[in-house]
Amino acid sequence: MDLATTLPVVWFLIIGFAIMMYVLLDGFVLGIGILTPFADDEAQQELMMNTAAPIWDGNETWLVMGGAGLMAAFPRAYAVILSSLYLPVLAMLIALIFRGVAFEFRFRAHRSRRIWGVGFHLGSVVAAFAQGLMLGAIVEGMPLEGGKYLHGAFAWFSPFSVLTGMALVFGYGLLGATWLVLKTEGRPQRIARDLTRPLMLAVIAFMVMVSAWLPFLDSRLMDRWFAWPNFLYLSPLPILTVVVAAWLWRAVLANREVAPFVLALGFFALGFLGLVVGMWPNIVPPTMSIWNAASPPSSQGFVLVGAAIMIPVVLFYTAYSYRVFRGKVRAEEGYH
Amino acid sequence: MPTAEFLSRIQFGFVMSFHILFPAFTIGLASWLVFLEALWLRQRSAMLRDLYFFWMKVFAGSFGLGVVSGIVMSFQFGTNWAGLSTVAGNVLGPLLNYEVMTAFFLEATFLGVMLFGWNRVSHRTHFIATCMVALGTLISSFWILSANSWMQTPQGYTMVDGVIQATDWWAAIFNPSFPTRLVHMVLACFLSTGLVVGGVSAWYLLRGVWQDKAQLMLRCALAFVAIVIPLQILVGDMSGLVVREYQPAKLAAIEARWTTEKSVPLTLFAWPDEKAERNDYAVDVPHLGSLILTHSWDGEVQGLKDFAPEDRPPVAAPFFSFRIMVGLGLLMLALAVVGLLLWWRRRLFDSRWYLRCWMAMMPAGFIALLTGWYTAEIGRQPWVVYGVLRTVDAASPVHASSVLSSLIVYFVTYMILFGFGSWYLFKVLRTGPETAPPRFGFEATASRPLAVVDDRRED
Repeated sequence: MDLATTLPVVWFLIIGFAIMMYVLLDGFVLGIGILTPFADDEAQQELMMNTAAPIWDGNETWLVMGGAGLMAAFPRAYAVILSSLYLPVLAMLIALIFRGVAFEFRFRAHRSRRIWGVGFHLGSVVAAFAQGLMLGAIVEGMPLEGGKYLHGAFAWFSPFSVLTGMALVFGYGLLGATWLVLKTEGRPQRIARDLTRPLMLAVIAFMVMVSAWLPFLDSRLMDRWFAWPNFLYLSPLPILTVVVAAWLWRAVLANREVAPFVLALGFFALGFLGLVVGMWPNIVPPTMSIWNAASPPSSQGFVLVGAAIMIPVVLFYTAYSYRVFRGKVRAEEGYH
Repeated sequence: MPTAEFLSRIQFGFVMSFHILFPAFTIGLASWLVFLEALWLRQRSAMLRDLYFFWMKVFAGSFGLGVVSGIVMSFQFGTNWAGLSTVAGNVLGPLLNYEVMTAFFLEATFLGVMLFGWNRVSHRTHFIATCMVALGTLISSFWILSANSWMQTPQGYTMVDGVIQATDWWAAIFNPSFPTRLVHMVLACFLSTGLVVGGVSAWYLLRGVWQDKAQLMLRCALAFVAIVIPLQILVGDMSGLVVREYQPAKLAAIEARWTTEKSVPLTLFAWPDEKAERNDYAVDVPHLGSLILTHSWDGEVQGLKDFAPEDRPPVAAPFFSFRIMVGLGLLMLALAVVGLLLWWRRRLFDSRWYLRCWMAMMPAGFIALLTGWYTAEIGRQPWVVYGVLRTVDAASPVHASSVLSSLIVYFVTYMILFGFGSWYLFKVLRTGPETAPPRFGFEATASRPLAVVDDRRED
């Protein structure tokens, strides 16, 4: 085992971790945006946004970490994925722009306040949907010719990718609802609690549909899952997912405050892990493996030193900032 | 229909120009906030706290715009410059990844504590958060200037099968043009912010509002600009020497020199004619060109005709943008010198014409910064990695129609952001440094403020 064999594996895990952190952390913030129309009034919308105002920026940074990590460790995959998914990436970026500036602009605005409320909601929905589309397109596979993907500007558009897009909107919605149950009280908490149950049912339905579709995809991405005896070794993953889903359901019915959020994160992480296991060892299915796409050990090793030091440090002060802003968010705690 | 590469260049120039304004402003503002809060911690005067909160509002807005437009940049290399990512990703990727790990997380996380944590953490912790945000902005400029300078003066690499591989990271990071360009950029950010702080103070003095605060801020801004602008001119000159050594074609374009000569004049103004390879309407100062560019009376400067036409950068754009930058730098110097004289004569705050000059100079730092970047980036054409990879080979194999639509979408989006952003910024600045909100009683659980205690009475 030399460095050129092992380093790409380590980096696959690091980037997988960064993307999962993004999906979980920005997932619940995007979820808040997806759910803002259910608020009774402007004040409640503002309260919902204020639960995330101090931490959304750090959460979104995991997306940049995933992007920059991909460029550093797998530059060929970075180039192929982003240029092939040109339009969905554009949609996601524009949506994230409107979502992000809404935090600050909404507070400064008077007459245009409603516009930024709408911008926050639509930005969140479109960003979630575009991310789901991209996920679906990658899972479906991008056949490469001469190292380039030449299937047109709309090749990412398919019934499967639309399904994964919708799945992610509802999934983020579920994360957002459980976050709001944790961080609010009174009427906004009631609203979030009432949304949790239908959202959970929808997410489970989407998860079943996506899983059932996987064996029929051209990329045969999920062959690993269904080949005997792999299925046996991997079976703890789906079993654990079912257990967490059942536990989450009970926690929601029991009107618990902390458990639903934690379990929803776990549920999401398990689903994400299932897809990553299926992709292995490809980074752009069906042909580009992590070793084809990897940058040389001189690059991967150099950044790994930084990652080994900095990622724990980042996790430490991220945890610190969540601790500073722990507890329920109340209306009187205004903006800066 | 223009090519995808051409449209991608327009798009990159546009989104980058828009983006860089906000980090430039926040790099300066973050350090200004550290200064204000440190001073407040020592003196505990209400005035300093009001000023801190006021500039924090300005900071929050510009930081938000910088973050969202910066995420676009980190994906741009893949969406539009797949060729660059494939060939140079082994070097650029690690540098940008270090920026994310050492700077972005630091800024983003402590920004939350800084903006929303006043009632939840101690004064000391809050000050540390402000310092971390400022540190993050500076570390960020370190990596981003390193990556860009590596593209200007690549070192520490080897080519393997048409792909760049790093061989010596120290040489790559601390490449020849990096140290001067880093200092030049950070000083430019500080100057841009200093000019805004001084300009806003001048506006209040002219309107007769916030007199005490405006006087304090104008003194700070003037002292700061007076110290930094001579340094900046010096560093700019050093940066020019590096360009002469490593990118002679860029220098020839900046000075619109066509033939290689000794004791060249300094062309103050001209209309460069790229087809005829000569300058029309040139206003020359003899020997000054050699003196500035080579630091000797009759030093030799290479001309554009020494380079094959396909290796020459455009001439007019670097020539004019460089002159705008230098001209504004000289105006800043004049502003500082006149200001010091007035200060000495104790007429700084009632010379209305001088205060109007400060207001007029408010955008000067940003314009100089942008034109400086245009000089550097257009002057390095036709290369994206100097002497290694041509811009035309760096583009993605995407359809021109896709790039055209993204260009239109970015344009419309950024105009909306710029419009609303400037309006909100204007509202904050017009209102001025009001009394900061009272500080709630600070105690361990922090989330439940017990008593409303005004700071001024508390201290």
